[in-house]
Amino acid sequence: MTRLEILKTYKLYIGGQFPRTESGRYYPLMDKKGSTIANICLSSRKDARNAVQAARKAFGSWSERTAFNRGQILYRMAEMLEGRREQFITELVAQGNSKTQANKEVDLSVDRMVYYAGWCDKYVQVLSSVNPVASSHFNFSVHEPMGVIGVLAPQDSSLIGLVSAILPAIAGGNTCLVLASEKLPLCAITLAEVLNSSDLPGGVVNILTGIQTELLETFATHMDVNAVWYAGKDKETIKLIREYASSNVKRVLVYDKNWMAADAQDLYLLSDLQEVKTTWHPIENIGGATSSY
Amino acid sequence: MNSKRPVFLPDFIMSPSVDKVGVEERVARFQTRSIKNESKRQGLRMALNMIDLTTLEGKDTPGKVRQMCYKAAHLHDQLPGLPTVAAVCVYPSMVRLAKSELKNSGIKVASVSTAFPSGQAPSEVKIMDTKFAVEEGADEIDMVISRGKFLAGEYSFVFDEIASIKEVCGKARLKVILETGELATLDNVRKASDLAIHAGADFIKTSTGKIQPAATMQVTYTMLMAIRDHFDKTGKMVGMKPAGGISTSKLALHNLVMVKEVLGEAWLTNEWFRFGASSLANDVLMQILKTETGVYQSPEYFSID
Repeated sequence: MTRLEILKTYKLYIGGQFPRTESGRYYPLMDKKGSTIANICLSSRKDARNAVQAARKAFGSWSERTAFNRGQILYRMAEMLEGRREQFITELVAQGNSKTQANKEVDLSVDRMVYYAGWCDKYVQVLSSVNPVASSHFNFSVHEPMGVIGVLAPQDSSLIGLVSAILPAIAGGNTCLVLASEKLPLCAITLAEVLNSSDLPGGVVNILTGIQTELLETFATHMDVNAVWYAGKDKETIKLIREYASSNVKRVLVYDKNWMAADAQDLYLLSDLQEVKTTWHPIENIGGATSSY
Repeated sequence: MNSKRPVFLPDFIMSPSVDKVGVEERVARFQTRSIKNESKRQGLRMALNMIDLTTLEGKDTPGKVRQMCYKAAHLHDQLPGLPTVAAVCVYPSMVRLAKSELKNSGIKVASVSTAFPSGQAPSEVKIMDTKFAVEEGADEIDMVISRGKFLAGEYSFVFDEIASIKEVCGKARLKVILETGELATLDNVRKASDLAIHAGADFIKTSTGKIQPAATMQVTYTMLMAIRDHFDKTGKMVGMKPAGGISTSKLALHNLVMVKEVLGEAWLTNEWFRFGASSLANDVLMQILKTETGVYQSPEYFSID
C-alpha cells in the first residue's frame, strides 16, 4: 500500500502558539514550475494586534532575565537550528535556491545566532559609559531595551534575513513581532518551530506571514509598538512608515544590506534597538580640591 | 418572625433545575453575534456607563479612593463627550470620602457590607456593618450571602438575613452577591438567585471578585433566567451585576448581547445592569479610542486609576 505524504500546515507563531490567521485568508506559494508548495496564512490587522499583545506581555520577564540566561537561550536556538538544517535546506531549495547557496545560508544563520548569543552578556559593558561632568556627580549611561519592535523582514531572503532581523532585537532584551518575506515565507514558520523548542519564552518572537503593504500601517501606527525595523529601500514605504510612526513617535530604523555578507551582523544593529539611560548620582569629591574634608 | 413577610413564598427546593449543556450551547451562541461598527461604538459607551469602578483591597487608602473617584468622573479627558461610570464600589470605611469626592457628579457610591467578602460574621455585626455604610451615605449596598448556610440547606436563614439587611438599607438599593464560584453548581446558582430575589434584592450579583471562577457567562445567563422568570410572573424588574473576571471589551459586549436577548432592552441601562470591574474601564476606553482613531492603543496612555 502506498502511503499518503503528510504535508505541514504553515501557520502563524503568536505568544508561543501556532494559530491560523484569525481572518481565515491564505495565499498559495508557488515553486518555479508553477505548482503549489504550500498555502501560507495571510495575516490580518487583528493577527498583528494579537502579536503586539503577546509581545508586550512577554517583554517584562524577557527584559529582566539575566543577560547570561538570554545568551544561553540564543545559543540553544543555534543548536536547534543546526539539528534541523536538512529541513531548512529543503525549504530553501524549494524556494529557488541552489543546494550550495542553501547550505551556506543555513551555516551563516547558525553562526549568526551564536554571534548574538555571545553579545548578550557583553554589550552593556561595551556600550555603557561613565561620563565626565563638571559637577560633583557620578554620571553614567547604560543601555536598556526599547520594548516591542515591529520588524518588517527583508523581502529578498527567507532565512538569513529573518535571523539577522530578530536576533539583535531579542539579544538586547526586546520582544518583537515579525512580518516574514511575502515571496519567501517558508523558513519563517519552520524557524518558529526552532524558537519554540529553544526555551525562548512564548511571545518574545511572534512571526506573521502576509503582505507587507497590508500590515505596514498596523505595525507603524500601533501605539504599543516602540520601534519599527524595516529592511529594504523602497522610498515610498519608508516615507509611509515614518508618517505612521509619528503617532507615538516610534523609532524608525531602516536598513538596506546584503544579509549574507559578513558585515551584516554587528554590535550597532543591537545598540540601535536600545535606549540610553543616563544617571546623575551625587558624590562628594573626598580629598579633591573642591572637597570640604 | 416578622408578620409583614409576604404570605406566598415558593419552596426554593422546587427552583427549576438547570440544563448545563443547554446553557453552554446558548451562551456560545451569544458569542458568535456579528457586531457592526456603529453598534460596537454604542455598545462600548453603554458598557462604560454601566461599570462599577471597584477597589476592595486591604491596602486601600483614602488617597487611592480619591484617585479612583477622580478617574470615575474623568475617564479619559482627551476624548470629550465620554459618559462617566455608573458608580464606585468601596468598603464602608471609605464611603464618606467617596461620597464627598463625587458630589454633583451623578456617580453613585456603592458599599460592600455584611463582612465582605466571606460573610462569616454574626447577623448583628452584618446589620451594623450595613447601617454604618448607609449612614455614611452609600447609595447602594453590595451584601454577600452566607454561602456556608446556603450549602448546608438552611435556606430560611439565608432568606431572613437578606430580608433583614434589606430593611436596614432604607433608600439604598440592595445588591445581593451570591458568590457563584463557591456555589458549585448552576442548580445552586438558580436556587440562590430565586431566594435573593424573593427576599428583596434590587440587584443580584455574581461574585465578590475574590474567588475564581467569577462571572462566567454561564452563571450570568442562569441568573438572568431567574430574573426573567420572576419578571414574567410578577412584572417586577430586578437588576443584574456580573462582577469579577470581565476585563475585556469583547466579553462586556457579549454580556450586553446576552442581556438584550434574555431580558430585553429595558435592562440595557445602568439602573438595571452593571459590570463590577476594575480593569474593564481602561480596555473599553482603549477600544473606544480605537474605533474613533482607527489606531490600536497602548495601556501606557491611560491612567491606571
